[in-house]
Amino acid sequence: MKPPDFQYHAPETIEQVVKLLALLENNRLLAGGQSLMPMLNMRYAMPDHIIDLNRVAGLASISLTKSDLLIGAMTRQRDIEFSAEIESRCPIISEGIRHVGHRQTRNRGTIGGSLCHLDPSAELVTLCAVLDATVSVVGPGGKRDIAFADFPIGYMTSALQPEECLTGIRIPLWPQGHGYGFVEFARRHGDFAIVSAAALLELDSSSTIKRAAIALGGVGYAPLRVPKIETDIVGKKPSAELWADAAKACATIEALDDIHASSSYRRRLAVAMARRALQAAGERGLANLSRH
Amino acid sequence: MTTKTFGKRTRRLEDPDLLRGKARFVDDIHVDGMLHAAFVRSPHAHAKIVSLDTANALAMPGVHAVLTGEDLRAHALSDRLAVALPDRVYKQQRNRPILVDDETVYVGEAIAMVIADDPYVAEDAVSRVDIEFEVLPAISDCRQALSPGALNVHSDASDNLIAEFTSGYGDVNSAFAGAAHVFGESYWQHRGCAHAMECRGCLAAVDPLDHTLTLWSSTQTPLMGARLLAEMLGREEASVRVLAPDVGGGFGPKLVFYPEEAAVAIAAIVLNKPVKWIEDRREHFVSTTQERDQYWEAEIAVDDGGKILGVRGSLLHDHGAYTARGLTVPQGAVSALTLAYVVPAYRMDVKVVLTNKVPVTPVRGAGQPQGIFVMERLLDLAARTLKIDRADIRRRNLVPADAMPFKKGFVTRGGIPIVLDSGDYPACQADAVEKAGWADFPARQQAARAEGQYIGIGMANYVEGTGRGPFEQVSVKLASSGLIHVATGAAAMGQGTKTMLAQIVAEQLGGVMERVVVTTGDSAKIAMGFGGFNSRQTVMAGSSAHLAALKVRQKILQVASHLLEADAADLDIDGENVFVVGAAGMKISLRQVAKAMIGSAGFTLPGNLAPGIEATENVVIDAMTYANGCAVVEVAVDLATAAVTVTRVVFVHDGGKIINPSIVDGQIIGAIAHGIGNALYEWMGYGDDGQPLTTNLADYLLMTSTEMPPISLSHRESPTPLNPLGVKGVGESGVMPIPAAVASAVEDALSPFGVRITQVPIRPNDLAALLDKAGVVV
Amino acid sequence: MDQRRITIGVNGTSFSETVSTRTTLADFLRHQLRLTGTHLGCEHGVCGACTVLLDGRSARSCLMLAVQADGHQITTVEGLESKDGVLHPLQQAFADHHGLQCGFCTPGMLTTLVELLRDNPDPSEAEVRMAISGNLCRCTGYQSIVTATLDAAKRMRTEHPA
Repeated sequence: MKPPDFQYHAPETIEQVVKLLALLENNRLLAGGQSLMPMLNMRYAMPDHIIDLNRVAGLASISLTKSDLLIGAMTRQRDIEFSAEIESRCPIISEGIRHVGHRQTRNRGTIGGSLCHLDPSAELVTLCAVLDATVSVVGPGGKRDIAFADFPIGYMTSALQPEECLTGIRIPLWPQGHGYGFVEFARRHGDFAIVSAAALLELDSSSTIKRAAIALGGVGYAPLRVPKIETDIVGKKPSAELWADAAKACATIEALDDIHASSSYRRRLAVAMARRALQAAGERGLANLSRH
Repeated sequence: MTTKTFGKRTRRLEDPDLLRGKARFVDDIHVDGMLHAAFVRSPHAHAKIVSLDTANALAMPGVHAVLTGEDLRAHALSDRLAVALPDRVYKQQRNRPILVDDETVYVGEAIAMVIADDPYVAEDAVSRVDIEFEVLPAISDCRQALSPGALNVHSDASDNLIAEFTSGYGDVNSAFAGAAHVFGESYWQHRGCAHAMECRGCLAAVDPLDHTLTLWSSTQTPLMGARLLAEMLGREEASVRVLAPDVGGGFGPKLVFYPEEAAVAIAAIVLNKPVKWIEDRREHFVSTTQERDQYWEAEIAVDDGGKILGVRGSLLHDHGAYTARGLTVPQGAVSALTLAYVVPAYRMDVKVVLTNKVPVTPVRGAGQPQGIFVMERLLDLAARTLKIDRADIRRRNLVPADAMPFKKGFVTRGGIPIVLDSGDYPACQADAVEKAGWADFPARQQAARAEGQYIGIGMANYVEGTGRGPFEQVSVKLASSGLIHVATGAAAMGQGTKTMLAQIVAEQLGGVMERVVVTTGDSAKIAMGFGGFNSRQTVMAGSSAHLAALKVRQKILQVASHLLEADAADLDIDGENVFVVGAAGMKISLRQVAKAMIGSAGFTLPGNLAPGIEATENVVIDAMTYANGCAVVEVAVDLATAAVTVTRVVFVHDGGKIINPSIVDGQIIGAIAHGIGNALYEWMGYGDDGQPLTTNLADYLLMTSTEMPPISLSHRESPTPLNPLGVKGVGESGVMPIPAAVASAVEDALSPFGVRITQVPIRPNDLAALLDKAGVVV
Repeated sequence: MDQRRITIGVNGTSFSETVSTRTTLADFLRHQLRLTGTHLGCEHGVCGACTVLLDGRSARSCLMLAVQADGHQITTVEGLESKDGVLHPLQQAFADHHGLQCGFCTPGMLTTLVELLRDNPDPSEAEVRMAISGNLCRCTGYQSIVTATLDAAKRMRTEHPA
């Protein structure tokens, strides 16, 4: 299980990256390596050229504006995990990222790498979906933004053009004190989620749900937002019955079928995970309300 | 006399090098000029090899040779590996070829071998070997192997039945005919793997001066490998050396001699250069032997009180595509089934069939966990139906302590009578059940259910055969340095063989383990022996080491008595000296004692004793010694996800005398982990076409630290009379009862719904289906 | 064959080497520098046997190219003991508590735990288990590794109170 032969390139600027992407046939971008290297070692990927992004300046950063969280594509998952800013303004990411692999993989793995790899179970992908993120991309034609809902276009296939490179992710912030919950079902700690659920809630001062977002991971090639739940629960107050009722909408979704889980089992998990994510989001939202 | 080392929780001699990264596993060995091999493996479960073209591969820079079966045939007396354990029960011989060249019968079978400058280039060249296949239908499910009109795993066979036998004793038909109650069920235990952290590998080199062929191999049986290789190559045994360097786990599959080892050895001869091959994990999934795969139909006959009158049934055992070893697994399974209990009549009809999958040889437990699973499930079935407590029904049937030695009505695969030698099974169970709070559990369960939590408790007993004979040679020698050299063909693979032998020998020879230098698993350092499997080395090598050490001690004291002019009865050995008890100043070093027996030209030896101070022993013990234990397991079942979590394990183990408590604890806890893996996680999947479905460690799930439950482990010591140390094997004990106990606990947790667990691993996907069928609404 | 010259610090010593760009960091350490303490158990990033410290942070060396380590500092198991061969408290604790059997996973366990104890000098049992959840061991069942780690942590806190 040794990598195949390739030419290695280590550009230092994003402009060089774009040039190389245009110039080199059959290339792969190397970010954290936690997904690409296993594929190279197993020879599932046989690129003629590897473009290493690890020496490109300016691609790793975490910053907050008044309205958004901005994360550079090469930001290590570890830095996301330990970011006080993210914990304070976008805590669902802090919760979700603890489920991503293990310490060793988070030390190297990047958010951009995970998003572009688009494993159906990847927690960061599900998180970007529930947060309505926008990804920034650069290519020969310049920069452009892609709404995350439009980013996955097929099984492990993104909307990136062959000569484009992801540079950053912009996440609109939910108000301080919003409710959030990320839960997943995995066989062992750190395994890819078989099914995950990410829920965000905004409650008004009377504890009524003002806004909701919920996404399921692991059920399809892309995360699944569940608009029925999102609209059904608006205007209601959090309760165990509400969550149980709302989660039933997941019982009829389309779901993947593989050696780990059948479609029907995934649907069962989706109902359970949705319920638990909403429960957690509701509890946190209420707790935060009582604080203010 | 207080013990010096035996029974003590000492540190291990192996550890410093391993901890510092200075150990030498086979891939750590570097020989100048060595080349690297990689194998071209079949991508089909069953196919004719129509043509094979190596030209493109050979043309690549850095490639030295591409060898096929035809190339190797010229250098070996046989192009097939003879089965290590012949058995007259076999209906057909299906020995593995070194490199197959006509018909391949499982995905992963080795077809050709590339030898190149480095492993990267070798792997490049593997993809350039052009093979034309004619794909044939494959048999993946062993249940189809015997159906009328079934296709053959091997085209030239008349059928897929490789062996058929019946095991049992007593009048089973009468027992069942007259029984108050008969309960029956079908059980399935799914294929699983051993997955030592170190894959296989070997390095072969021919010495330029004396032409000895040396094979370093990550193997459990170097001496058996040396004999097999010598015979295969038509060489004298003395000209073939097989040795195991540090081995990163064995767990069974490394006890087999493999085609790759023969191929690498021949390549080293053909190319006259050292050749190294290191298996990668993906290859390991498709070429290292596997086990567990069995379908059982079983029935138990009991009286109104739950007393067993008889057990009978049939076993269909999936043997994989070839016979890589004997019938140990199915034989062990049917033998183990009744061992813990008094079963007056027993009959199990076994069919062993071929399938187009990786060959089957023992994995930790070697079939015994499967037999135990069946027996324990049957007892639970009887208990539940008759409304008898599961601990009670077992108590009523366990072989009582005063019945020891208890002769079971049948024999081992070698024809040796199965006699349970020692152990108090009822006391062991009582101990476990008490420690587990079995009697209090129903109240806890009720309270949990009131909160919507589903917890369960289960139990299982096991009795396992350990100490497979006939012998394991050990030599003990007092070297001229004053150090004690111990050599044996017993093989180390992590279980602390060197420490175990040093503890036994140091006990007699001075009490300082660091002065005992142990060489294991090297055919050049010891004449005869077998290696590690069937939990035998502490029993067999330990017994030989003990006897040899006693003889060496006696000789040392005799020599010293002459040199010190004291009575041997007044002497003792401590550290590096022999001293007169009570007279501290009167001593002589072991070094001097050793030198005295080397002799001087023209002078007599002290006391006219024979030269040298060494002993080589082959303690022969044919009867196996039977270890026992009881496991009580608690689980929690999440109804929504159908996930099972093991929340506690109580394990009371009896393996006879304990030499090193740390090592024994470690072996059992490690094996319990494997048992939980078999119960819940480890599923080596194959598609209908024989394609392996789980070929990496993300899909095949091994236990990690976060899935391990708290384990309460305690020991009883019922010494065996069968060997001087009173020891039994311990390496496989932990895995034996766990799948059964977990199944029992899951069933208990879900008893309101009447769910029966008859298959392992219990995957949530499958349990969810059972819950749905039972109408459980979440 | 694509090659580069790299300069890499390993266990405090600087090495200047020419490497093939497709050589993994694990193979470079093992076969070019002959530091064979780091082991390969799976080569697809699951087992953790190949774990080293890259600039002090645990990483799977089978998932890195050697060229990526150019200009960086690597710590392997061979670098854990002191210059005069005194075992690191973790190594000593493993020896004291039977924290290893075959020893194949051990180097990866040790480097992972060195990082844990540096970041969290007083971990709970659950935190220790979480830290090594990405390191597979088929021999020990993990219990003795956890015991050893908690003991090492205690010793290290006593020797170097924060």
